[in-house]
Amino acid sequence: MSMAPAVDAGLALLILGLGLWIIAARSNFAAVVGFMTYGLMLALVWVRLTAVDVAMTEAALGAGLTGVLLLGAAARLPAEAPGGGPGAGLRVLVAVLCVGVAAALAGVVLSLPEPAPSLAPLVAENLPPTGVKNPVTGVLLAHRAIDTLLETVVLIPALIGVWALAADRAWGARPGALTPRPSSSSLTLLAQVLPPFGILVGVHLVWAGADEPGGKFQGAAVLAAMWVLVVMAGLADLPKVTNRLMRYTLVLGPLVFVAIGLAGIWTAGAFLALPAGYAKPLIVLIEVVLTLSVALMLGLLLAGPPKERA
Amino acid sequence: MSLALDLFTIMSVALGALFFLAGTVGLLRFPDTLTRLHALTKADNLGLGLIVLGLLPQVGSVVAGLGLIAVWLLALLAGATVGQLLAGAVPPSESRQSHREGSRP
Repeated sequence: MSMAPAVDAGLALLILGLGLWIIAARSNFAAVVGFMTYGLMLALVWVRLTAVDVAMTEAALGAGLTGVLLLGAAARLPAEAPGGGPGAGLRVLVAVLCVGVAAALAGVVLSLPEPAPSLAPLVAENLPPTGVKNPVTGVLLAHRAIDTLLETVVLIPALIGVWALAADRAWGARPGALTPRPSSSSLTLLAQVLPPFGILVGVHLVWAGADEPGGKFQGAAVLAAMWVLVVMAGLADLPKVTNRLMRYTLVLGPLVFVAIGLAGIWTAGAFLALPAGYAKPLIVLIEVVLTLSVALMLGLLLAGPPKERA
Repeated sequence: MSLALDLFTIMSVALGALFFLAGTVGLLRFPDTLTRLHALTKADNLGLGLIVLGLLPQVGSVVAGLGLIAVWLLALLAGATVGQLLAGAVPPSESRQSHREGSRP
C-alpha cells in the first residue's frame, strides 16, 4: 500500500485548498457549496482514519443538513453585506485569531507523547457488559450517556428557536421553508422510488449501529432526508406546528431516555446507569425512540418557521 | 484465471477513471450549463459504472457485489433527477444565447 501516503497527502492538500477557497469565495452561495464539498472530503478523511461512524455523521449532518440550512440562509441574505462588510482591521484580527487557534491545536497534537494517551483499551475492556459490539455506540449510550442525552435534547431548543422566528399571524400554520417545487415529473419519480430504499437504509443504520458503524443520528438524517424529499416533491404536506401527535413524537425520545436514566438510580445505582443484563435491549430501545424524535427534529429544522400560504 | 480477472479490473477501473477525467474536463471547458450537465452525467453514469464493473471480480461475497451495484443504480437515479432539475432551472434566454456562443470553435 505505497499509494496510501500519497492519497492522504492529496486529501489533506485538497481540504486545505478548499478551506482557503471558502474564505476567499466572493458569493455566499459559492462559499456554501465549497463548505459542503469540504464536509464530504472530511468524511473521506474520517474513513481513512477508520472512524466510519464519524465519517457518516460528517457526511449526513456536517455536509448535508448543515449545508442545506446554510444554502437557505445564503438565499435569503443580500448579495452585499450592508455597509460593505467588516473592515480591514477586523479581518486581520479574525485571521490572526484563527491562525493562533490552528497553531495551538497543531502544537498540542505534535507534542503528544508516544504512544498518545488513549481510553480505547479501557473502552474495549468495559464493552462486553453493555452487550453492543460497536464501541462508538457503547461509549455514546452507556459510558458517556449524558453527552448523548444533552446533544439530542439540545435539538428541541434549536427547533423552538426556529419556530420563534414565525410572524404572529402565521403561528399554527405549516412550516414554510420547503415550498414544493413546481410540478416536475423527475422529482416526483425520485420521491416515489427512493423513499422505500432510503427508509430501509435508515432503519438498517440504526439497527446495525449496535454492532457495526451506524447509529441513530446517521439513520435519522437519512429518514429526515426522505421526508424532506417527499415534501419538496409536493407528495405530502408538513404537519402544522400545533399538531399534538408531532409534538409528542418530538419529545418522546428524550423523555424515554430520561425515564430510563432516572430508573437507573434505583436499578443500577446511578443516573443514566443501565442495569446489568438489560443493557443491550435498553440501548436498542433508546436508539429506536431517539431515531424517531431526531428524524422529526432534523426534518422540521429544515422546514423552517411556520408561514402563511398565499 | 485470477490474472485475467485482475487484468479485467485494471482495464475497467482505468477506463472508468478516464470517463471521470473527461467529464471533469468537459465540466470545466464546455460553454453552457446544458453541455456541462451532459459532461457531468456521463462521468457519473459511465465512469462509476465501469469502476463498479471492474471491482465486481474483487469482492469476496455476492452481497458485497450487490451492494456495489446498488450504489451505482442509486447514483444513476440521483444523477438523472438532479440533471433534469438543473436543466429545468436554466432560464430559456441563457440556453438560447449560449447555444449561439457554443457554435464558436
